[in-house]
Amino acid sequence: MNPILEVSGVSKSFGGVVANSDISLIVPVGKIIGLIGPNGSGKTSLFNSIVGYHPIDRGSIKFDGAEISKLRVPEIARMGLLRTFQQTRIYGKMSCMENMETSVPHVHEGLLTMFTRFPAEVAEKAEGLLEFVGLYVKRHLRAGELSFGQQKLLEFAMALMNQPRMLLLDEPTAGINPTLINSLIDRLKRANSEIGITLFVIEHNMRVIMDLAEHIYCLAHGELLANGAPEEIRNNQRVIDAYLGAN
Amino acid sequence: MTDNIRSALPYLLIGSAGLAAPIIAPNFQIQLAMLWMMIILALTWDIAGGQMGYNSFGNILFFGIGCYVTAVMQRELFFDIAEYANVTGKVVTLTSYQYFTGFSLGLALSVLIAVAVGVVLGSGILGLRGHYFAICTLGVGVAAGELASGWEFVGAGSGMLAPIYPGEANEQGLFYYYTFFVLAVLCFFTLKRLYSSRFGLAINAIRDDEDKAEAMGIHTTRYKTVAWCISGFFLALAGGMFGHLNNFIDREVAFPSSTFGVWMVLMAILGGKGTIWGPVLGATVFHVTQELFWTYLFGWQRVALGVLIVVIVVFFPQGIMGWLRERWPEKFGETVDTDASTA
Repeated sequence: MNPILEVSGVSKSFGGVVANSDISLIVPVGKIIGLIGPNGSGKTSLFNSIVGYHPIDRGSIKFDGAEISKLRVPEIARMGLLRTFQQTRIYGKMSCMENMETSVPHVHEGLLTMFTRFPAEVAEKAEGLLEFVGLYVKRHLRAGELSFGQQKLLEFAMALMNQPRMLLLDEPTAGINPTLINSLIDRLKRANSEIGITLFVIEHNMRVIMDLAEHIYCLAHGELLANGAPEEIRNNQRVIDAYLGAN
Repeated sequence: MTDNIRSALPYLLIGSAGLAAPIIAPNFQIQLAMLWMMIILALTWDIAGGQMGYNSFGNILFFGIGCYVTAVMQRELFFDIAEYANVTGKVVTLTSYQYFTGFSLGLALSVLIAVAVGVVLGSGILGLRGHYFAICTLGVGVAAGELASGWEFVGAGSGMLAPIYPGEANEQGLFYYYTFFVLAVLCFFTLKRLYSSRFGLAINAIRDDEDKAEAMGIHTTRYKTVAWCISGFFLALAGGMFGHLNNFIDREVAFPSSTFGVWMVLMAILGGKGTIWGPVLGATVFHVTQELFWTYLFGWQRVALGVLIVVIVVFFPQGIMGWLRERWPEKFGETVDTDASTA
């Protein structure tokens, strides 16, 4: 098991609120790992810590063996560790195609390449990925005019356009209708198996996360409550008490 | 082929009108030169203000740098350093050769200084967002004016005279008309080209959601600084020319925050922020209207201008181009494929 992401002993407080306390977890390369927990349990804070959105108080975060806890958001993104947002974020006044094109990887971009145009392959790739998420016919519309669910799909396609090695997805299926959820799950799995992107997913929809993830971490009150295979998590008494509820 | 001709037609019309205008209407040379300058002001403001969503009220800084640096360069090149105390405030006479050499070198130096200032200031204040950035740039513009009015080397409060143009007065008008015309054309096509490159999309992305742009790995700081410096580049050139067209430079001429500094924002908004034609259209409408106010409403021209500003902000928040786009989005390429087989 070759870890692509290694979080060890990470703590983060906002004033008196302890968002994460001594969290350690491992995401092996090429896998789909889940992160669950009640609202306010520190899932998104942990994501923010990983991608460099705010500094952590203690601990270490390693991506592909390199310490990233001191790096800033764009630097980490250029290393190939990308996140999507719980509140979907796309570039609303730009067309879907422009949204896609500007999401190309930015690692090898120098001062002069800033002023070059995108080669034709970029447009082709963008069209291909828009077709992959079913937005091809709407590619010339402004992204802000798409429905919420379509914006989520666009955001996912943009993430793929960036050719990340690992994707942190913050509630990818929230606010999406059931049929669309199925096709999204299918696409997430294909991105993982065909393109080889490691996925780390926050999700409240138990059906989705049990279907998707091979291993699940559960947070509660900023602490790691349990981890294990979906089946173990489902039957773990502490997880049931804190999160799933008995029924 | 006909498509090419049709798309080239507006450029050809505007270009030939621009070339012929000062000859057809020699009495309006200066006003027409000012029209091109207004277009440059609006276009350059729109880079950061419209395309990137960073409302700046301090761009006039670059304009002032251009004004002063170009004139000082001309003066210093051909006068002994020991003499400059005597030269300040006096008429400086240069030969044709001296004038134009000094003028071009001065413009080159202003560009260098403006870009350098853009890099230094930009890396500091472009980290601020929204209102904070706007207020900060407002301070920058005011501070630059204060500095200029206290510095003996550039004539302090009494200002300095730009070297006299070696030729007839109408030749000067014609020369500066065409320099402004060429600069406006150059500025327009440079920006048009840039907006279709990675640069254009990246600064649009910063405008729409800067956090997202960062999360996607875009070099946001670099793009923002470069955008600001491109404004500085063209504004410094425009400022250098304006100082010489005006013949006299002081803080009011070089750092006119309350006139050009505000107008550049208004013109871009009037025409439509974040579009290439918007600032051109806005500047033209604004400049013509303003000239009409001066001619027909003299004494009330400032009041009329104020009313115009209110009308613009209240009724055209999207500007002319923005309104057109909202009305006919399909004309701007916002279409859905009807070919269902591709879906």
